[in-house]
Amino acid sequence: MKKLFFLLFFLSLTVSQAQDYFPTDKGVKTTENSTFAFTNATIYVTPTKVVKKGTLLIKDGKVVSVGKSIKIPKGTKITDLKGKTIYPSFIDIYSDFGLAKPKRTRSNSRTTQYASNREGYYWNDHIRPETNPIENFKFDTKKAKSLIDAGFGVVNTHLNDGIIRGNGLLIALNPNSSNAYRILDTKSAQYLSFSKSAKSRQAYPSSRMGAMALLRQVYNDADWYAKGNMKNKDLSLEALNSNKNLLQIFETGNVLDAIRADKVGDEFGVQYTIVGSGEEFERINDIKSTNANFIIPINFSNAYDVSDPLLAQHISLRDMRKWNQEPSNLSVLSKNGVNFALTTHKLKSLKSFHKNLQKAIKYGFDKEKALAALTTIPADIIGNNSIGNLNTGSYANFIITSGPIFDAKTTIHENWVQGDKNVINDMTIRDINGSYMLYVNNKNYDLTITGKGAKQTGTIKVGDEKIKSKFSFKNDWISITLNEATGFTRMLGKTINASNVMQGDAFDTEGNKTSWSASIQVKKSDKKEKSKKEKTKDKEVTILPVSYPNIGFGNFTQPKTETILIKNVTVWTSEDDGILKNTDVLLKDGKIEKIGKGLKFRNATEVNGTGKHLTAGIVDEHSHIAASAINEGAQNSSAEVTIEDVVDPNDINIYRNISGGTTSAQILHGSANPIGGRSAIIKLKWGENAEEMIYNNSPKFIKFALGENVKQSRYSNGVRFPQTRMGVEQMFTDYFTRAQEYEVLKKSGKPFRKDAEMETLVEIMNKERFISCHSYVQSEINMLMKVAEKFGFNINTFTHILEGYKVADKMVEHGVGGSTFSDWWAYKYEVNDAIPFNAAIMHNVGVTVAINSDDREMSRRLNQEAAKIVKYGNISELEAWKMVTINPAKLLHIDNRVGSIKVGKDADVVLWSHHPMSIYAKVEKTIIEGKVFFDRDEDLKKRTAIKQEKSKLINMMLKEKMGGGKTQTPVKRKDRNFQCDTSEELKN
Amino acid sequence: MKKIIYSLLCFFLVGTTIAQQTPANKQTEDYSIEGATAHLGNGQIIENSLIMFSEGKIVFAGNANARIARRGTVINAKGKHVYPGFIAANSSLGLVEIDAVKASVDEDEIGINNPHIRSIIAYNSESKIIESMRPNGVLMAQITPRGGTISGTSSIVQLDAWNWEDASIKTDDAIHINWPGSFTSGRWWLGEDPALKPDTKYADKIEKIKSYFTNAKNYLASTNDKKHLPYEATKGLFNGNQKLFIHVNGQREITDAITIAKELGIHNLVIVHGNEADKVSDLLIKNKVPVILDRPHRNPNNEDDAYDYTYTIAKVLTDKGVLVSLGMEGQMERMNTRNLPFYAGTFAAHGLDKEVALQLLTSNTAKILGIDNLVGTLEVGKDATLFISEGDALDMRTNILTNAFIQGRKISLESHQTKLFKRYSNKYKTK
Repeated sequence: MKKLFFLLFFLSLTVSQAQDYFPTDKGVKTTENSTFAFTNATIYVTPTKVVKKGTLLIKDGKVVSVGKSIKIPKGTKITDLKGKTIYPSFIDIYSDFGLAKPKRTRSNSRTTQYASNREGYYWNDHIRPETNPIENFKFDTKKAKSLIDAGFGVVNTHLNDGIIRGNGLLIALNPNSSNAYRILDTKSAQYLSFSKSAKSRQAYPSSRMGAMALLRQVYNDADWYAKGNMKNKDLSLEALNSNKNLLQIFETGNVLDAIRADKVGDEFGVQYTIVGSGEEFERINDIKSTNANFIIPINFSNAYDVSDPLLAQHISLRDMRKWNQEPSNLSVLSKNGVNFALTTHKLKSLKSFHKNLQKAIKYGFDKEKALAALTTIPADIIGNNSIGNLNTGSYANFIITSGPIFDAKTTIHENWVQGDKNVINDMTIRDINGSYMLYVNNKNYDLTITGKGAKQTGTIKVGDEKIKSKFSFKNDWISITLNEATGFTRMLGKTINASNVMQGDAFDTEGNKTSWSASIQVKKSDKKEKSKKEKTKDKEVTILPVSYPNIGFGNFTQPKTETILIKNVTVWTSEDDGILKNTDVLLKDGKIEKIGKGLKFRNATEVNGTGKHLTAGIVDEHSHIAASAINEGAQNSSAEVTIEDVVDPNDINIYRNISGGTTSAQILHGSANPIGGRSAIIKLKWGENAEEMIYNNSPKFIKFALGENVKQSRYSNGVRFPQTRMGVEQMFTDYFTRAQEYEVLKKSGKPFRKDAEMETLVEIMNKERFISCHSYVQSEINMLMKVAEKFGFNINTFTHILEGYKVADKMVEHGVGGSTFSDWWAYKYEVNDAIPFNAAIMHNVGVTVAINSDDREMSRRLNQEAAKIVKYGNISELEAWKMVTINPAKLLHIDNRVGSIKVGKDADVVLWSHHPMSIYAKVEKTIIEGKVFFDRDEDLKKRTAIKQEKSKLINMMLKEKMGGGKTQTPVKRKDRNFQCDTSEELKN
Repeated sequence: MKKIIYSLLCFFLVGTTIAQQTPANKQTEDYSIEGATAHLGNGQIIENSLIMFSEGKIVFAGNANARIARRGTVINAKGKHVYPGFIAANSSLGLVEIDAVKASVDEDEIGINNPHIRSIIAYNSESKIIESMRPNGVLMAQITPRGGTISGTSSIVQLDAWNWEDASIKTDDAIHINWPGSFTSGRWWLGEDPALKPDTKYADKIEKIKSYFTNAKNYLASTNDKKHLPYEATKGLFNGNQKLFIHVNGQREITDAITIAKELGIHNLVIVHGNEADKVSDLLIKNKVPVILDRPHRNPNNEDDAYDYTYTIAKVLTDKGVLVSLGMEGQMERMNTRNLPFYAGTFAAHGLDKEVALQLLTSNTAKILGIDNLVGTLEVGKDATLFISEGDALDMRTNILTNAFIQGRKISLESHQTKLFKRYSNKYKTK
């Protein structure tokens, strides 16, 4: 059957195009007549311009005219398309058609590669704007066929490899032609992504934030190069500059990355066209505010097979919801006015393209918009008005269908590309579908014919009993063989023109010739029932609401700023006032409005605090939750990266942390390198987006690190400088010396190459950015203070600082704070002398001490860790409590906003059931900026809702399975645990 | 590089020996602790109590109003609290000193089935980590090997001893098996989705365990010319002298583990970890299988779990009638073993009665480990392994020990850490 198809495919060659100025030696030079007219068709010139019973006239691969009364020149080949519809062929502007992705370079070496493979190009191998894909382009006939079958006429392809990937090719899917005609544009766009090139093992960037920083540096360097300031040749930067005015297409894998890519683009005045993920509905407002054009894939997941309850219980609500909600993505995008084209990218099989699109339409996506997203919009985005429409002069790229293109019953008959015909389902093959009464051998049989075109098949029954038989329908001949107990019956015949009757000769098992006939039966009652069923099926689409974030415990409506009066509560002020008993606190407009006794305020929500305790929200100086990446460890300095780029508002740990009273946290870069990345200081406003979570006018911080991690002590073969504490000192000195020189040059007014790392270090020296340094042993702690002093600045915070107690006097002298664990030790060599009395000694000597987590579990019970300081070292409860509230706020320079209960500060407070440092204390409410983000009773309701929603989804999935839908094996989400030394592997 | 670490390590180990607290001598002098609130460890409290012990054993545990002669040194503990020594089940104290220094790691032998591997002989009674347990009331521990399918054989020790032999309370108490999970993660390095999928090899793995024990059983039932050490080591499981601790999570896995062990004729079972044990509580009760839970200070397993799932599980199981205790395994398990009392405290915060929570570290653990004839409660005849705390020992703020005794021996509450505390506190005082 397949073979037959291929044959048909090649038979459909109509015009073999050769360049007309090429010599010929195969005979006399001839030219075929290539004028065609298609009459009586419904013609979609564009999605909005439809001509009924119109004529399309094409010549030499282009549209000559289209309309109702078209004059057809003599000698034109005329095809009557009565009842058929013509659409412009589709366009996929995100494709890797004909460009095989390079294989990943293998290496037996386990040593990290820091240097680049290339010379004369950019220092980073993953920046490849010079890639010119035409050199490797190979027209893929097989892939072309499947695209043509799905209705596509043009693809915009590129080499899917690297962070900057070079330019794209706009290709007409014309298998009958040659590249000379197929290539419509060799510089159709420039492509980018957050994925590294497979061609190099160069380690940098190892994280999402590294990729973002690299892109920024490339843009700066390209500018520097363009101005003629670089002494060397850099073919990458040259190419980037020459591609500058092209369309810039950026591939992303999820909503957060789409927002991140847009952010980088905006900083450099580049508006990317973003290849989305299909999950845009989860944060549609953020997607909308990018103002970007999108290219959206439609690869929907199958329902989970939930028939095994033990397996089914492991599937997360987030994954289950996805199956239910993602078909509504296109509808949501469209209703929110996002301009987007569709792509087949990521589809496992092109055959599912139409099925998925039909599903999206069922889920509310407008058909006209669907057509536009496949024709005019991609053409607009790519800036080519001769494709995606059938206006005069446009390419004769069009499909002929049996009916409305997005109906499940519709057949695509032909797909013409550049005026060349490709037959998909031969429209000359009659549709003989139906239920027939077959009469042969003096017997009646039921014959049911289904299928499309040449694939139509028939089944034969007598009553309910199926009869063994063979059926074929070829070249308008029907052939049926019956295999019964009485013997074989062979039949051959044809349909009687324009009637529903077929008849012909039959031969019985003895070879006696008789005749047979079949006539169609219309069962009216059946039809009605069926359509009724279909109608109710359509109505059954239930799209579950999206929560923020779109996972279990997400908020369906975001909490609003309330006026709250907490009455008669024990207030832990974390200020000089200490503890105030039987006191009222009024929260208004997101601030602490009043503290006192007998307070009243109209319309305030009153909370009875009798027997309860109210504290400021806990501040965690050292956390790694709510981030998509923690370490950019592929270089010894990563001052150019920032965690602010990769804040992940979808992390369940945010919710778990507020359930333990933590309201603010510094999300620190890891400790993979001496100069780490910049921090994000966030409020744990569950449900809000990354930008909203990051502090406004956030104080600027950066992570530094010392000791075993930065010298790669646990690497079997570390080769990165430094490998000793001695080297660490010199590395810092080197960087700050260079930063000094950089600043001198910058201030001199002479041209300078903008360097994100140097800019950051200059900020540090100018006391605009503060260091939080991961540190363990006293020698290196002292060393860093000395380095800082030499360059005229102070270290702000030593974090971990487990031997701080040994040099507390020196710390006080230097003016550095200490943020430590309560009792961690013994996990590596450098923590042998770590003692739980560390905080107490440092505090007693006069260091500002905070207790931090560095652990997403501990960060939800820092109140208990503070209590340990009472035990170890006999620190007063008041002072111990400050170590998780006002002290870390001071260390983070946010003590003017949070960290204590003081009039005018942010209304970030926690209501506890008991004394907050008692082991028996539980959080009742966590309020941030006057919004209740956690409430024990609401939490119980959420648990019930999760259970109900899951059962609902399980029933829906079971129904899907019973209805014959495809399913997938249940999966369990893997927990991701980021700590200081976690490194993420950026995908190749 | 390695050399440097090694020599540093040697230096450090020498330092350890010097820093180690000297084990206390055998009890010769009697003690009477008077006036404290006694938490007996069996759920009961005696306010204003009198606890007396002699020659290592408790000789009186009752009310201080009792007209009875006080013996030996009288400790006035009015306003304080006295507790039986806490027991850490499923711990690996003394098997590893520093997690990241391989030379100090002795917890995981190669091989899949190692019933013959015995933790007791590697137990370093002079570990600096061990001495840091005692100031928090953790005075005994089950020392358990890790890794493999059958990790090996554990023993139970007290935490004040010259060497492993002296430390032992019960040698070779149980064999530990890590039951396979029914999910496996995709091999991301081969481009697979890293999410967890049902493990198609789960049934095979179970079958292998079954056949291993069947072979062992057959071996033990026959006469053999050649000794098979691992099979020999499983003898106690079949004659009831040893318990089988099954380290297992998940409803399906727990059910399979119990069913199969019973089929194999192994009846003395303990479930360790026991995520989802609440879903199979009937099976546990029917077969009298107790559960050693992990510390509650960990994140729930699934994104959709209640944030307090790990805090409330002890109450859920206890209410259903399952015998529950608390164990230590996982990240930084050794140094964190000293936080055992606070784990019980967290269970108490989330619904468990305080005295019942205490049982998770005392009588319940003793019962599960099979040492309840010796320790676990403040009752006459039991070892005088107990301590006095300024306040509630399950609460960080008030877990402040004034005295601790192991088998009646008054032990030091100092450690490497308290020494450094004093040394550096003095540095700043004299300055």
